[in-house]
Amino acid sequence: MPRVLLLIFMLLGASGTAVAQTSAAPADDAGQTTMASPEGEDRPSESVAPGVSKEEALRTSLAKFKSRDFDVKAEAIETIARSGHERGEALLQALLDRELLHDLAGDRIVLGKQSEQGWALRDPISEEDVGSAEARAARPVIINNRLRQQIRDLKSVTALANPNPLARREAAQRLVGNTDPVVLDALRARQAEEANPLVKGVIDTALNIAVLRDPASQLNERLNAIDAVAGSLEPAVRNVLRDRLAQSDAAAERNAADRALKKIDLRTERYETADTLFFGLSLGSVLLLAAIGLAITFGVMGVINMAHGELIMLGAYTTFVVQQIFPDGHEWSLLVALPAAFLVSAVVGIVIERGVIRFLYGRPLETLLATFGVSLILQQAVRVIFSPLNRSVVTPEWMSGALQINPIFSLTYNRLYIIVFALIVFFALQLVLKKTRLGLQVRAVSQNRGTARAMGIRSERVNALTFGLGSGIAGIAGVALAQLTNVGPNLGHAYIIDSFMVVVFGGVGNLWGTLTAAFSLGIANKIIEPMAGAVLAKIMVLVFIILFIQRKPRGLFPQRGRAAEE
Amino acid sequence: MKTKKLSLKRLAQAGIAAGAISYSGLVMAADTIKVGVLHSLSGTMAISESTLKDTVLMMIEKQNEKGGVMGKKLEPVVVDPASDWPLFAEKARQLITQDKVDVIFGCWTSVSRKSVLPVVEELNGLLFYPVQYEGEESSKNVFYTGAAPNQQAIPAVDYLLDDLGIERFVLAGTDYVYPRTTNKILEAYLQSKGIAEDDIMINYTPFGHSDWQSIVSRIKEFGGEGKKTAVVSTINGDANVPFYKELSNQGMDASDIPVIAFSVGEQELSGINTGPLVGHLAAWNYFQSVYTPENNQFIEQWHDYIGDDDRVTNDPMEATYIGFNMWVKAVEKAKSTDTDKVAKAMIGVETPNLTGGTAVMNKNHHLSKPVLIGEIQDNGQFAVVSQTDGVVPGDAWSDYLPDSKNLIADWTDPVNCGNYNTKTKTCGGQTAQ
Repeated sequence: MPRVLLLIFMLLGASGTAVAQTSAAPADDAGQTTMASPEGEDRPSESVAPGVSKEEALRTSLAKFKSRDFDVKAEAIETIARSGHERGEALLQALLDRELLHDLAGDRIVLGKQSEQGWALRDPISEEDVGSAEARAARPVIINNRLRQQIRDLKSVTALANPNPLARREAAQRLVGNTDPVVLDALRARQAEEANPLVKGVIDTALNIAVLRDPASQLNERLNAIDAVAGSLEPAVRNVLRDRLAQSDAAAERNAADRALKKIDLRTERYETADTLFFGLSLGSVLLLAAIGLAITFGVMGVINMAHGELIMLGAYTTFVVQQIFPDGHEWSLLVALPAAFLVSAVVGIVIERGVIRFLYGRPLETLLATFGVSLILQQAVRVIFSPLNRSVVTPEWMSGALQINPIFSLTYNRLYIIVFALIVFFALQLVLKKTRLGLQVRAVSQNRGTARAMGIRSERVNALTFGLGSGIAGIAGVALAQLTNVGPNLGHAYIIDSFMVVVFGGVGNLWGTLTAAFSLGIANKIIEPMAGAVLAKIMVLVFIILFIQRKPRGLFPQRGRAAEE
Repeated sequence: MKTKKLSLKRLAQAGIAAGAISYSGLVMAADTIKVGVLHSLSGTMAISESTLKDTVLMMIEKQNEKGGVMGKKLEPVVVDPASDWPLFAEKARQLITQDKVDVIFGCWTSVSRKSVLPVVEELNGLLFYPVQYEGEESSKNVFYTGAAPNQQAIPAVDYLLDDLGIERFVLAGTDYVYPRTTNKILEAYLQSKGIAEDDIMINYTPFGHSDWQSIVSRIKEFGGEGKKTAVVSTINGDANVPFYKELSNQGMDASDIPVIAFSVGEQELSGINTGPLVGHLAAWNYFQSVYTPENNQFIEQWHDYIGDDDRVTNDPMEATYIGFNMWVKAVEKAKSTDTDKVAKAMIGVETPNLTGGTAVMNKNHHLSKPVLIGEIQDNGQFAVVSQTDGVVPGDAWSDYLPDSKNLIADWTDPVNCGNYNTKTKTCGGQTAQ
């Protein structure tokens, strides 16, 4: 009995706070989102004394940005949006872009662009040149997340009328879950004339949520709204349905909400599986890229090259250098960086082979130690040349962001491209090994060095070229990894263990094995991670590989035949 | 046999000669004061620590231009512990016993400090530690000029609770002592503020973690359940860049789920395009963007010294700056470089900090500092959005952990103890554990 009472109390408490929240929300947001509201035009007369021109009113509001108090600034943003002055919108955009400055010397608010010498200042309204200021003598007006959101919401309401349907959809998306009456009016107005079904769908969802959030709405209205949003994956929909399920006093509504939630959960689960799969493939492709060069040098030639990671690092630094050489070419510089990185790493690889490894064939322990030394030398060399600080590689526009498939499922572009890229590299390498003369020689030397030499193959040269090929591919991997992680002296360090893991697991000397191993380890890691955490997932995968190698020392796909017996 | 004897004799001779040389070195060194610099110049931590080495060298150069300390020039002795924790202890021993330095500025990670700690205590050296850390420590021989948890983590969470109205928290950190202790303190603090256990998600990742896809997507899901959510990040070092890249790629905007970080400063951001990160937060005691005459001058000096106007300044640099100036003042006050005298003179020393206030060294060897909350801007700098009214005195022992609730550190008479239990009125030695 007391438990039931407690439950009732909790329910009461919950609904009480929810009502308080909903009723408080409009008061909070009031006026924040009024830029495009129809009555926005005739409001300023209330706040501005008669006889004061629009421009002066705007200047008074701008002066408020000198304050450090964010509430004062919020008020200023509101009055500027309501002022109806033609510069209003541009000024708010400037505020968002940090181009609205507080000139400390003149104690005034101006527009400014940063240049080599400092700031070039312009008047905020007339846009006339008003002099300049030193770099630290003027500073952008500081806004915080709340103000940024306020401005963006204001902009979204305006953008509902944008001729571009994508912009309209994005604007509507931002307003989903917003219960400000002004916003809802704007959405309703738009709903009536919207022709694009996608945009209309988002607006419908937003308005249906508003109905469900409205304490004054009728039961049948709410039931209709629940039916309408039942298939939506929007998180706001799920939250409002959960609230209705917990708070509604009508059994019909609770049932409807419950049914809709179950439907949503089922769909969500399906997309979560897809998510995990994508993450796994993406991790797998990174492992594949890092390991595939090693699959050649270690797998085919049998050289334990501890400097493999540093060859990847060199590729990443090449990307950085190429971007420095073409400062305006961020969008296409990767295309230059790819062959450049291949060449740089390949040349360094050949030098390592000719200078060190050549003398140590057949002595794996010494090769291991010598190449480890080389890796330290390369790391420190990079520290001396580029400084120990990480370097920033710019991600091109086409690789940023995500392909939004629905509100809960998206594929990030950089990962998507890297999966494709890893596969291209893999098949290109297969082609080289299977279809070219070098490939034939490489395979011949790795299968039986003595016979190959007897057939007139210069095994020394083939060794150098094979090592160069493996190293060059490591360089290409570096270009891709530069998009995902830090470009710093320790970059290679992070991937060397993973690379060996993949090659050994897949079976030494088998490229298909490397591919399978990379993807299965990637996916396994991502399945375990949510359950066990990132640290434990890594440990579990490592333990699994150790046990697996105990059972099958030659990996997933062991080489057969005489070559394997050596 | 004969040759061996001979060589032994030779060895002895060589030993005497070496002794004489080092003795003469000592005589020569009498008119300089030696300052040890114990920061990694190679290995993983070089990225952060090499900057602090440069800062100390710059401060020494500046002090020498002013005529040194007590009429003597300062002479830096730089060693490289190479991000190798046991090597920190060896190098510290070398600095104190062989190089005879009077003071050491050094360490970054807590592990390195813990490894140096027994050495400076045994040899009665003096260490200035300039990085924010997890607290729960106070040594007679160490001065902590970085922030304790109550000077960074607690005010940051207060900002999230009070100013942003956050109701759900993700505590994400790298798996080692600083994040684990800080998160333990924060968890206890949040629960004392009425945040339910279900509304706190704790996640640890290995050092240098680079694949953040599933974690970011889980955070998004956790934050999408209707309550306003924030991430409190104690993610360390290199792992931050891929973390922030993933945040921006998955479209996790700061106005939806803000991330407040304790280990991300200007220097960490100089490796990334901060456009998509605008609005994410960090809590520190100093930001380069703070506009004060002291700070402007410091930045100008730094740019002159390093010869690169793009190099940023950050919080541990300010901590080094304060620590160095305090040490100079204390030496002049004590009129000696003797560890005990300087340590005594240190307590109560005041120097201006770079954000327009005054730093005071307290009895527990921690500083009083202001706490600033900054939002990331698109130029890689922070804009201060909140600031404590005055300075916050550093608390060596957290009040929110049951084990250290009753402990205080006080290095003045009559207590003179690093972990004094106020309940039982006993001293537990220099450090707990």
